[in-house]
Amino acid sequence: MVDRDSPGDKAREEFFSEAQEIIDGLSRDLLALDALAKRGQSDAELVNDVFRAVHTLKGLSGLFGAAMMSGLSHELEDLLDDLRLGRIELTQQVLDLLFQAVELYGRILGAAKGDGAEPVEEVKDLLSAMGQVAQQKGGGGAGVVAQYELDPGLLGVLTEYEEHRLRTNLQAGLSLYRLRVVFQLATIDSALDELKAKTRPHGEIITYLPTGEGGDVDSVELEILVASRTPLATLRGALEGPNIAIEEVRRRDAARPDEGQRRDSAFPPPPLTPPNLMGRAPPTGFAPAEAAHLPPIAHDYDDDPHHPTSAPPPPMPSMAPAGPAAVAPGQQAGKEVSLKSVSQTVRVDIRKLDHLMNIVGELAIVRSSLGKLGDRARGRPELRELYGDLQRLHRAFERHLAQMQNGILEVRMVPLGQIFDKLARIVRQISREHDKQVNLVITGAETEIDKLIVEELSDPLMHMIRNAIDHGIEPRDGRMGVGKPVVGTIALNAFQKGNRVVIEVEDDGNGIDWLRIRDLAARRNLISPDEAASMAPTEAINLIFAPGFSTREQANEVSGRGVGMDIVKTNIAKLSGMIDVTTEVGKGTKFSITLPVTLAIIQALVIQSAGHTFCIPLNSVLESIMVETREISTIEGHEVIILNKKTLPLLHLSRLFALRPLSKSYRDPHRVYVVVVGLAQHRVGLVVDELLGQQDVVIKPLGSAVRNVPGIAGATELGANRTVLLLDVGRLVDEGVRQADAAISVGGQGSSVGPGPGGGSGGGNHPGMGGSTHVR
Amino acid sequence: MRALVRAMLEDPEFADGLGGIEVSEASCGFEAMRLLPRGRFALVVTDINMPDINGLELIQFVRRSAHFGATPLVIISTQSTERDIERGLALGANAFVPKPFSKELLRATCAKFLTGAG
Repeated sequence: MVDRDSPGDKAREEFFSEAQEIIDGLSRDLLALDALAKRGQSDAELVNDVFRAVHTLKGLSGLFGAAMMSGLSHELEDLLDDLRLGRIELTQQVLDLLFQAVELYGRILGAAKGDGAEPVEEVKDLLSAMGQVAQQKGGGGAGVVAQYELDPGLLGVLTEYEEHRLRTNLQAGLSLYRLRVVFQLATIDSALDELKAKTRPHGEIITYLPTGEGGDVDSVELEILVASRTPLATLRGALEGPNIAIEEVRRRDAARPDEGQRRDSAFPPPPLTPPNLMGRAPPTGFAPAEAAHLPPIAHDYDDDPHHPTSAPPPPMPSMAPAGPAAVAPGQQAGKEVSLKSVSQTVRVDIRKLDHLMNIVGELAIVRSSLGKLGDRARGRPELRELYGDLQRLHRAFERHLAQMQNGILEVRMVPLGQIFDKLARIVRQISREHDKQVNLVITGAETEIDKLIVEELSDPLMHMIRNAIDHGIEPRDGRMGVGKPVVGTIALNAFQKGNRVVIEVEDDGNGIDWLRIRDLAARRNLISPDEAASMAPTEAINLIFAPGFSTREQANEVSGRGVGMDIVKTNIAKLSGMIDVTTEVGKGTKFSITLPVTLAIIQALVIQSAGHTFCIPLNSVLESIMVETREISTIEGHEVIILNKKTLPLLHLSRLFALRPLSKSYRDPHRVYVVVVGLAQHRVGLVVDELLGQQDVVIKPLGSAVRNVPGIAGATELGANRTVLLLDVGRLVDEGVRQADAAISVGGQGSSVGPGPGGGSGGGNHPGMGGSTHVR
Repeated sequence: MRALVRAMLEDPEFADGLGGIEVSEASCGFEAMRLLPRGRFALVVTDINMPDINGLELIQFVRRSAHFGATPLVIISTQSTERDIERGLALGANAFVPKPFSKELLRATCAKFLTGAG
């Protein structure tokens, strides 16, 4: 389990992924708090979770010598501590600071991975802003714990964190109960789980302490502190059992307090910090009365060893891999378990899964060889028995291999919610910067997709969201003028459709005006005046994906970061995905991204063209047909056939890749094979020479020689070390559709390419969207 | 973390000169409480943050026991919980090893309590 040779790299990877995970969680919690704050509410649990996350991050970054992150976390932890103890209020200002911190964490982490520079100035600014907030804090209920009849021995074994929880609950006015429970050591885990489950609806368990009494070798008595709003009698009823004694921990002043928050005047007043007086008391004051009761607690407040100036300065530059002692991945894991309680998960480097997947690929090749071996034995009577055995073996092998493959694929899947959360943060940020009120509605966050695809999706989606806010959603006045609600809506929808995942980014803004797009494109010389004159609306709107196109009259902070929709489209295409846009002027715009669920292994149709073998992802193959050459007609130089009453543009792979056709490979000069491929609602027929069959293929990265060849998505092996190229269907469909569009807009009359109700054949992969302008 | 400590402790190089080390591992405080009465341990190594009872509570549990109350205790924890570490020591832990730690430090610390134990 522990790799003693583990290099620093491995530990760093662990660090990155764990830190990223924590930051993501942090962001989620903040968004939830933000939503609550808008309704004037808060949630102590959530604030605590945020605190805990930052605390973990601090420990983690300290462990890795990530000075900047650790320093930021330290200050942030102080701020959050003030927050959860009610010393400062969770105002919009504080929320902004917290969101900024999350953003900076992301950038620090990015910088450590070599992506961008460390946000030194920004962190400094944030720290000083946080310092100012901290100045405003009022006195806390530091003394509240001491007001209860708690055994100093018990208080002495509370961790700092548990003590905070205790204090927070008492401050919130909850009652405190002491449970004494005898557990059999053999069954303590399940018995305690049961007790926890029973207690949870009533309140929070602060700590479990073995009393050292009442137990023998096989049993142990635990003292359990529970903070709850439930009256004692009710709690007794709920938790009742032969081994449980429940009592309320009373306040020392015995008088029934009407309000837990207020420091009772009966209690010796602290001379230094009358918290109700000014609300500006320094946090360092400490009631001597408490100090007398609980000397060690004083460390909580009375010194402040980690002042910003003395933030832990590791000798290494930030993020440098720490020395050999720090590289054990298990270390963080242990820490995580302790803070997040029990989580039955392991973190796995995606490359390990790739490796496993490659092995599955090798095994698939072994399997097919095994099959061939069987075939050879089949025709020989003397080998009949052997043949039977081989067949059985082959089937079992096949079954288990499929299970293994599915298992690995399943492990790679992560919910899209992971990036949706990040996007929610961005929406919040941009809409504030832009003074546009935007409501983000997310559906299908649980939709799962390959981890690697998720990683690559965040940038394109982020850009689309920026666009939606910047170009889509109108300014307040504009919205009111046309009778729309002032708050704009951006919907982020995800759903699985067959073996593909569709992600939609939809806004209720002003839509895209195709004439404006066309004219802009003409002005930028992306199209000729002639082309502009004959351009169809759908084609014009598609120009937003053209390289060099941008509707920005002037660059602005939101979308003006040099990334256009062409980059978005390219990025999506790299994932074997496709992007579509539907828009209606005045109503809004919807981008739909269609993606494969995984890129790791796919079923492919193996075909041959001009003597070369290619694979086509089977999930984009709708059908394969044989076509008489006389059925092929030509519109404006582009070949098409009519299939199911619709025009299907044809592409010759041999021409596309400039391969010299081998005349002899045409078995019949009057017939060709056409593989109908489709993505979203588009389809194209690929003219090929031979269909060789179907096979599972493991996709491998391309060598540099073909990396940038359009139409090629990857490479794979088909056994005997034969490398075969995988076609990029998205790209090919694009190409076919582009040609068809051109053909139609020039000469087309009566023919139509594109979707129709119940359209098409075989695959059933048709969204059949109707209504608004449709663009390919 | 546990696995790491275990690996370090079980390293033959480490155990050499200490008369051999046999490591028992508890996944949480309760398990430690289950294990402790069942064997004679020369040394207890614990973290502060654990899923159930915390390290301080475990220390107190050990120290209060009539049977194994004298077992040497080493805390391994991050520096960030300074206050907790002080408490742990006050409760009777014998030594503290900050995370991250080196094999040498762990060895040196443990060796103090293990010499002659075996």
